[in-house]
Amino acid sequence: MAVTIKDVEKTAFLARIDLSEEEKNKFTEEIKIILDHVENFVDLNTENIPPTINILPLYNVMRDDITRPSLDKNAVFQNTSHEEDGMFKVPKIL
Amino acid sequence: MSLYEKTIHELHGMLIKKEISAEELTKDVLARMDQVEDKVKSFVFREEKEKAIAQAKGVDEKISRGEKVGPLAGIPMAYNDNICTKGIRTTCSSKMLADFVPPYDAFVAEKIGEAQSVFIGKTNMDEFGIGSSTESSFFYPTRNPWNLNLVPGGSGGGAAAAVAADEAVFALGSDILNPAAFCGVVAMKPTYGRVSRYGLAGSTSSLEQVGPVTKDVTDCALVLGAIAGHDPKDSTSAPGDVPRYDEFLTGDIKGMHIGIPKEYFGNEFDPEVKDAVLSAVKKMEELGAHVDEVSLPHTPYVMSAYHVIAAAEASSVLARYEGVRYGYRREDVPDIEALYRTTRTEGFGPAVKRRIILGTYFLSSGQIDVYYKKALQTRTLVKEDFDRAFEKYDLLVSPTCPGTAFPLGTQADDILNGTGLYTVPPCVAGIPAISLPCGLVQGLPVGLQIMGPAFAEEKILNAAFAYQQRGGFPRIKPSLSGEGK
Repeated sequence: MAVTIKDVEKTAFLARIDLSEEEKNKFTEEIKIILDHVENFVDLNTENIPPTINILPLYNVMRDDITRPSLDKNAVFQNTSHEEDGMFKVPKIL
Repeated sequence: MSLYEKTIHELHGMLIKKEISAEELTKDVLARMDQVEDKVKSFVFREEKEKAIAQAKGVDEKISRGEKVGPLAGIPMAYNDNICTKGIRTTCSSKMLADFVPPYDAFVAEKIGEAQSVFIGKTNMDEFGIGSSTESSFFYPTRNPWNLNLVPGGSGGGAAAAVAADEAVFALGSDILNPAAFCGVVAMKPTYGRVSRYGLAGSTSSLEQVGPVTKDVTDCALVLGAIAGHDPKDSTSAPGDVPRYDEFLTGDIKGMHIGIPKEYFGNEFDPEVKDAVLSAVKKMEELGAHVDEVSLPHTPYVMSAYHVIAAAEASSVLARYEGVRYGYRREDVPDIEALYRTTRTEGFGPAVKRRIILGTYFLSSGQIDVYYKKALQTRTLVKEDFDRAFEKYDLLVSPTCPGTAFPLGTQADDILNGTGLYTVPPCVAGIPAISLPCGLVQGLPVGLQIMGPAFAEEKILNAAFAYQQRGGFPRIKPSLSGEGK
């Protein structure tokens, strides 16, 4: 499947990453190489084969709905310099 | 032999007999680190000496009071830098997390803390675990102690290099099989779910497991025993008791059925590596194992499934890095959209960006069924191959890597370099595997990989132990020179 610079631009936009012209060209070429490699399983017959997300037979792991201590607020905010009144501060959204 | 060269079990014996103190041992390992770290560059963070020595003294006091201490107590160790350590910078070797200080410990760090090992540092890795040479680290590449012009493997290259260079007695890391092979040490990837992933800042949630990097198989069993177990904080963690792995190390493999996946040997790879592995297999046969060829027919599709799953998961997992709550943040931006874009553009390195974009592509509408769903279905077929093989065979044996360590700067583009050809299948199928040294080819270590069914770690460890103890391959040490040994 031919991937174009346009596809890479669109995908980078979705991933919130800006690419230089040079990176766009480079990534397009590299992604082509990977897609060519991955092509080999497109023809593999997987009809009626269920997908495996996790190898363990674990489903709907639940816990009792009881309150537990959470992380200390000060400890959590130590990794940002943009805190105000116990909230994360961001630039304008609208 | 210097203290820093010894194994956990040797040192533990000396500690409890009071032949040495943990303080003496820690000082010896830290001095070794001072001596060689400039050459090897295994570490991205080194614990303050006084703090490390204080931990050791605490263990010495316990021993002098006559308290019983566990096998890992007082032993100097390191974490790969994707394992969260409370109050200690945890970077994933990325600019994105260069100043990140986790407010909590990973489950495995808690366990090692309880075992009273002495924390001495955090080791280098490929940025967010994306790569197979530790060259995509934001900080600097780590060098292979066997030849400083070569890579240590990856993504957890720093952990293996540190143990090989005797800068730590053991280390914990993820994605450590190929580094262990390249650096001539032992490492184990446990069954998916055997060890909690809580606090592992990974990039591939369904593939990565934390495991031990050690100097021999007995140490590997001891460390695995300390970190395995159910963790309610990780919903993918497996319930069930943890066996005393070290008690299974009898060295008796008589009557064991060992399969050699024929597809793994059909590829063109270094013939000397192949010979080293086949002579190890022969040794196991001499020890009484039955060896036969086995087919894993979906082998040609494993790497395809891996590329898709790893990229898709990375694009999703790494979406959390947006500059708001932690990590790198670009200042002076007009709005939130610009904050996200500039933060991610400046914070991630090229290998990470490429994988995120690739993963986003695989998950985009129109492609998700073609690639992602197909990869998960392929994964089922790969897993069934292994299930069928393990109906007949106790274990499967292969090389860990198709070749030995390669020169720095030659294969930085991880895209398709093939290093993961044999270490990826156990990750995709979620089964456990060990890598241990089985020889030298042109002065460089070769890794033997032993794979087993889910939760059969003890069987793998015992087979590895049998080979190590009775196979006749000596404990090997690197020269730390530019020319190899």
